Amino acid sequence: MNILTYLIPISLVLGGAGLGFFIFTLRSNQYDDPEGDAQRILSGEFDDHPKP
Amino acid sequence: MTATLRPPVSACPACSAAPAAEAMAALDVADDAHIVLSLPTIHCAACMAKVERALNALPQVHSARVNLTLKRVSIEADPDTTAADMIPVVQGAGYEAHELDSTALSATQTDKAGRELLMRLAVAGFAAMNVMLLSIAVWSGAEGPTRDLFHWISAAIVLPAVGFSAMPFFRNAWTALSARSLNMDVPISLAILLALGTSLWETSLSGEHAYFDAAIALTFFLLTGRYLDHRTRSIARSAAEELAALEVPRAWRVTADGEDHVSVADLSVDDLIRVRPGGRMPVDGTIVDGSSELDRSLLTGETLPVYAAPGRAVSAGEVNLTGPLTVRATAVGRDTSLHRMADLVAIAESGRSRYTSLADRAAKLYAPGVHILSALAFFGWLAFSGDLRIALNIAAAVLIITCPCALGLAVPAVTTAASGRLFKRGLLIKDATALERLAQVDTVVFDKTGTLTAGAPELTNLGSFARRDLEIALALAEGSSHPLSQSLTTAARDAGIKPATVTDLTEVPGYGTQGRWHGQSVQLGRAAWVGGTATSQTAAWLRIGDTVPQAFTFTDRLRDGAEDTVRALKEAGLKVVLMSGDTTLAVEALAGRLGIAQWMAEALPQDKSDRIDAMTRDGAHVLMVGDGLNDTAALTAAHASISPASALDAARVASDIVLLGGSLAPIPEAVQTARKATRRIRENFTIATWYNVIAVPLAVAGLCSPLIAALAMSASSITVSLNALRLR
Repeated sequence: MNILTYLIPISLVLGGAGLGFFIFTLRSNQYDDPEGDAQRILSGEFDDHPKP
Repeated sequence: MTATLRPPVSACPACSAAPAAEAMAALDVADDAHIVLSLPTIHCAACMAKVERALNALPQVHSARVNLTLKRVSIEADPDTTAADMIPVVQGAGYEAHELDSTALSATQTDKAGRELLMRLAVAGFAAMNVMLLSIAVWSGAEGPTRDLFHWISAAIVLPAVGFSAMPFFRNAWTALSARSLNMDVPISLAILLALGTSLWETSLSGEHAYFDAAIALTFFLLTGRYLDHRTRSIARSAAEELAALEVPRAWRVTADGEDHVSVADLSVDDLIRVRPGGRMPVDGTIVDGSSELDRSLLTGETLPVYAAPGRAVSAGEVNLTGPLTVRATAVGRDTSLHRMADLVAIAESGRSRYTSLADRAAKLYAPGVHILSALAFFGWLAFSGDLRIALNIAAAVLIITCPCALGLAVPAVTTAASGRLFKRGLLIKDATALERLAQVDTVVFDKTGTLTAGAPELTNLGSFARRDLEIALALAEGSSHPLSQSLTTAARDAGIKPATVTDLTEVPGYGTQGRWHGQSVQLGRAAWVGGTATSQTAAWLRIGDTVPQAFTFTDRLRDGAEDTVRALKEAGLKVVLMSGDTTLAVEALAGRLGIAQWMAEALPQDKSDRIDAMTRDGAHVLMVGDGLNDTAALTAAHASISPASALDAARVASDIVLLGGSLAPIPEAVQTARKATRRIRENFTIATWYNVIAVPLAVAGLCSPLIAALAMSASSITVSLNALRLR
């Protein structure tokens, strides 16, 4: 059962990283225009200079 | 000499002017024009790139970004840039563009609340997932130190997570308690806190049962309900805001050196304002120059245009039809008659708040019941076993099992599904309880002008004219932009009439058009001017030479789907009533055409709302459908209300539901959907109650383990959500 001492912290850190990234996307306004962003990725125009 | 005597002063103009100029420049930079345009036709990646490229090519534009979800483009540009400069550019790129009043869009404010809720939901979801994993190990038989370790880890995750995520419930519960009342949040907060408290105590004593997973799962499910609720409302709010923002209030002010295009907010009393044909009066005032005709249908419901000449008083909201008018303002902004109507609305509004939603009624029954049940279980077990720890554990289990997890989802899940479905059909649900109220409706009251009719005239007696007369009339009508002339032109052209050769064609604003045909004078216009006899029907008169004038009569064209809507509503067993401010003859004709038995003509705004109040006192639930200013009080007085998107802002604000398209056809379907939605809500309450009926005896008997609590909670929440989705 000693494996738990590694596995539990690892699973918590990974989950926490996911939560952290989600909060980052939320704070950087990435949910303002979901449809537009889905379409923009299809256009080659923003490949070199992504739209701010 | 003097110059040397005052060096500091003479040196100063330059040194004080420079910083001042800099400050001004800095102010200008900070005051970049922020322009928002609505792009209703945009739909693809290529469209976005095209619009952005066209706008960014302009030297004065700093940045332009299209938002495809909201179908808008926001532009940062040099300070003196206006939307009028930008619209042709976008139109040149091939897309329709309308200016949006950026001050009317307060989307950022609502976004902030939604984002905060989403953040809490994410934290609760993260904690719930991890704790559930640990709990599965405990449920499958972990024992001794392993179980204690898992419980302590769960506690370490859940305590901060609940502290952050469940804050809205705690805050609401505290507000309710300090006002000495109970709401749904009180049992929720109590259940969460009691579950955490007893679980911590149990864990410290190496106990078997800990409800950390239940506490966090409860928070997660309830937050999901709150978030759905918030999203539905914020979508409706932003769509309503967009409608309001599309009407940018601007006016032309006449000054000593020409005309200024200014915002209506900047106008003051005694300003001279130029109102062009087709424009809406921005203020109350008197006409000082020009003559024309006024369309007052949005204010009074009358369809006959009124003659306007110097000296006549005009009210804000009237539409100028033919000639340019100069108006001296007598009341602006809040003092105009348009705004005074708001008082009537405020009086009617106090009646609206009497409606208690299904959720509130359920909470009123439920909240005390839960507390009493859990207290009984606590004292019963305390008396029976004499052990505080067992009694507290059982009380916590009862609270968790009965906690309104499914109840919290029951209403928002259904309203989200129903509003989404209706939004696709072109109906915008503005009010949270609108669907429930719409479901109870048994009487539908329609306004006439602009609601059942499209507000555009239609020629009725083309057949009773000689071809020669029609040719002359067409020639005269083509020289004017008056709505009657335009309707006459279309009707005659459709009948294959070619215009006769009429010379010296002139339009006399407010009267009509005149010209010469084969040496005779010909006129088309108002009865008094041409020499006809005034009728109560909308008419334009034609006179050729010295012959007796003939009348072209018009009726209002029916709005799309009006006939079908009235028929469908009657078939659904609803009583249909017509109420209008228009003349008896016009209202009677329309009522006959649509088969409406009950109608009321020449109704003043107060009459309409009084009549609706009277119906309500007789036990009817009235749905009011109207668009004009004269309907606002009635819209607010009715049990539920709908207005078309073409309605005045005041009417749209007063109504619960806005029709986004031009057709009335979605109304019967909306009533159907609302009834179905209310049925689903009731079903959901029944489902949630049945889960409680089965699980509560187990909890009271002390047989409830955390596993049963988790199963009951998740199963009821999922069943309720699935039931709601059946509505789509």
